Amino acid sequence: MSNSLNVSILSLFGGVTAILTLALVVANRDYGQNRIETLEARVAEVQDQATASSDKARAEADRAAALEAQIAEVQAAAQARAAQGLNLTAPAPTPEGTLGLGRPAHEEEIAAWDVDVLPDGRGLPEGRGDVFWGEEVFAEKCAACHGDFAEGVDNWPVLAGGFDTLGDKDPVKTVGSYWPHLSTAWDYINRSMPFGEAGTLSADETYAIVAYILYSNDMVDDDFELSHENFGEVEMHNAQGFVIDDRPELEYSQWRTEPCMANCKDEVTVTMRSVFLLETPPEGGSVSVMNLASVEGLPSFSADGPSFIPEPQAMPEPEPAVEPEPAEDVDEAQLLIDKGEKVFKKCAACHAVGDSAKNKSGPQLNALMGRTMGSVEGFAYSQTFKAALAEGRAWDDAALTAFLADPKGFMKGTKMAFAGLKKEGDQAAIIAYLSTFRDE
Amino acid sequence: MNNALKPSRRAFLRGGAAMAAGTMAGAASAADGPDPLITDLQDWASYTGAGVDETPYGMPIEHEAHVVRRNVEWLTASPISSINFTPIHALDGTITPQGCAFERHHSGAIDMRKEDYRLMINGLVERPLVFTYEDIERFPRENHVYFCECAANTGMEWAGAQLNGVQFTHGMIHNMEYTGVPLRSLLQEAGADTSPDKWVYVEGADASSNGRSIPMEKALDDVLVAFKANGEALRMEHGYPVRLVVPGWEGNMWVKWLRRIEVVDRAVESREETSKYTDVYADGTARKWTWVMDAKSVITAPSPQMPIRHGAGPLVISGLAWSGHGQITRVDVSKDGGITWETARLGKQGDAKALTRFYLDMVWDGAPMLLQARAMDETGYVQPTKAQLRAQRGENSVYHNNCIQTWYVSAEGIAENVELS
Repeated sequence: MSNSLNVSILSLFGGVTAILTLALVVANRDYGQNRIETLEARVAEVQDQATASSDKARAEADRAAALEAQIAEVQAAAQARAAQGLNLTAPAPTPEGTLGLGRPAHEEEIAAWDVDVLPDGRGLPEGRGDVFWGEEVFAEKCAACHGDFAEGVDNWPVLAGGFDTLGDKDPVKTVGSYWPHLSTAWDYINRSMPFGEAGTLSADETYAIVAYILYSNDMVDDDFELSHENFGEVEMHNAQGFVIDDRPELEYSQWRTEPCMANCKDEVTVTMRSVFLLETPPEGGSVSVMNLASVEGLPSFSADGPSFIPEPQAMPEPEPAVEPEPAEDVDEAQLLIDKGEKVFKKCAACHAVGDSAKNKSGPQLNALMGRTMGSVEGFAYSQTFKAALAEGRAWDDAALTAFLADPKGFMKGTKMAFAGLKKEGDQAAIIAYLSTFRDE
Repeated sequence: MNNALKPSRRAFLRGGAAMAAGTMAGAASAADGPDPLITDLQDWASYTGAGVDETPYGMPIEHEAHVVRRNVEWLTASPISSINFTPIHALDGTITPQGCAFERHHSGAIDMRKEDYRLMINGLVERPLVFTYEDIERFPRENHVYFCECAANTGMEWAGAQLNGVQFTHGMIHNMEYTGVPLRSLLQEAGADTSPDKWVYVEGADASSNGRSIPMEKALDDVLVAFKANGEALRMEHGYPVRLVVPGWEGNMWVKWLRRIEVVDRAVESREETSKYTDVYADGTARKWTWVMDAKSVITAPSPQMPIRHGAGPLVISGLAWSGHGQITRVDVSKDGGITWETARLGKQGDAKALTRFYLDMVWDGAPMLLQARAMDETGYVQPTKAQLRAQRGENSVYHNNCIQTWYVSAEGIAENVELS
């Protein structure tokens, strides 16, 4: 970096010298007075230029010196860091203490994602929709789950009514009875509804749906139109119905105490048993069954223990690990092959099947059925298999079944150390499995 | 050997019937003669097993196939917007394997590639920024174990004993080790206004676009933008590739598929922080911004799905405790419905805002029990009874039920969810 700087300064000085020489030669020639004056003016001009150029050159030289000093400083700092064992390749921290990660967000991107609406209406787009149109949009896009009158279908949320139920045991919490801010309804419908088609409503449609929900809650008349202009005028029924978490004052203050350890109560009785028993079937999920048992007959408890020991009932046996019943259309042959694949794990240490199967400590078993015994090329058979090869005996169902059940009984002298498949059906399963591997 | 292993004086009260029941399912079959599992050569001791190329990503062995998340169909309108429950009855220790950690979706779990992931930070920031997944991994990261509990965990039990199984009463919880970037690092990167009256609004990329407002103090404290759980990538159902972790606070705020962080000057009051996750009192007024999950514990075994099958004798009572306010310092267990309590042993000193395992090692005399656990956290808070909670809040509530749970254990060892006088 410093070398190239010096070169450019030298070439700058060279240019200035050439201009000065040219000016002196021109001045010594005797032309006419006009010519002289013109030339004198020209010389003055060139001299000015030369002065400016040399000033500039000096400035450049100063700058170069400053840069060189800075380089020396950086190099010294780097040496100091290296001496302290610090990482030279770590990026220097930027002035704000950031890492310089990420890229600036484009305005269009912010506009696409930043669509939430605040309780004071900030974030609402311009638009409008009335109750009449809202009813149509609602019927088309919302009523399948929320009902024509926002009353809710099945377990889907009820959006209307429920006024004066919040103090009941099962409060009906709707947009009308419970929601404290209208912005919440607009924002949620706009961003998250309709269920399965979120983000497809226009601003006007959203205004119309919200207008209709307000109407369903008897909060506006049927000629009402909701827009960004009158949004703030709608009063929510439960706007004042919320307090900010006051557990610290009401609960923590009481419950941060040393707890009772003994004789905390005189007597305890069971007042309620689980409403539902839950079965947990192997296929997943759960099945809820009403619990018919009564609290009658359960002991009460005191510090001495239970009041009596109830008559024992049989402990339900743990559910046996049932093999799932094969569906009727399941291919029996395939099931046998699948079983064979599992059983074959007992053979796989010594025998290979499938693509590019090679002989291991036992011969490869592709296209085994019908093959002449002892015929796999490159495998060192025992005498008994060599004899079978000479006789031209071939593997078939009967031979393989007998061999698998009792290898040494069927082929006295075989090198195969395997004790045999003792479980009935395993031989047939393996044969079914092996039959799926034919010659390539 | 501690006192817990001495037979209690209740042993003297029990009748012959209990004795019979106690031994019915008792000791192993060894007394009948040599065990063929030992004397006979077993297949697994003779034949070779599965090779290393069998399962490149392993699943639990088939014999554990019942240890799975389960849902209760009638609780919600559709499994797309629903919840399932962690099989906490069958787990031990504290870490929840991702594959059986409960799921809660509002519009289903979405399939997003890391390459398609974008995280925007905007609002009251000097530099609105967009990060890719790779960018997130270039910020200095941290590891922390935290529990995530749905505010509705145990919510069905407000009205009375409802669901017979700890998986269903307390299974909306999981506990994982997260790897992630402190939210404050991203706020700093964008030059956010972090004055204490500001809020951070976080939003997910799925169709529900779940959004929650977090006060700046919490955002700067311990909130993580996480991309790994238990050492591996987040599962799709837990927000792959990036989710928010809001330690100790209700699960709904742990926005999955996190796509946007906006610094705002007030709470947005989104649907999930007004119409849902708020607590209605007996008089109909409601409590909002109830973010912290208070101290809670439950016995996971014995429990309805984990009856005592071995009869009288040594018994390990095991359970979980947690607090959104910090560390669990103590868990007490009662066998008589809260008349007497004894302090349980912690599996290990608990992490703050993470599950703590506790054990009570005892000798069961075969008499019925009313089992309860009661947690205490580092603030001195003692887990309340259901009666204490109802006295404060009434019975209209759904969320934030951290009451003491009772299991009635019969002389046969069957456990059932009950309520007490």
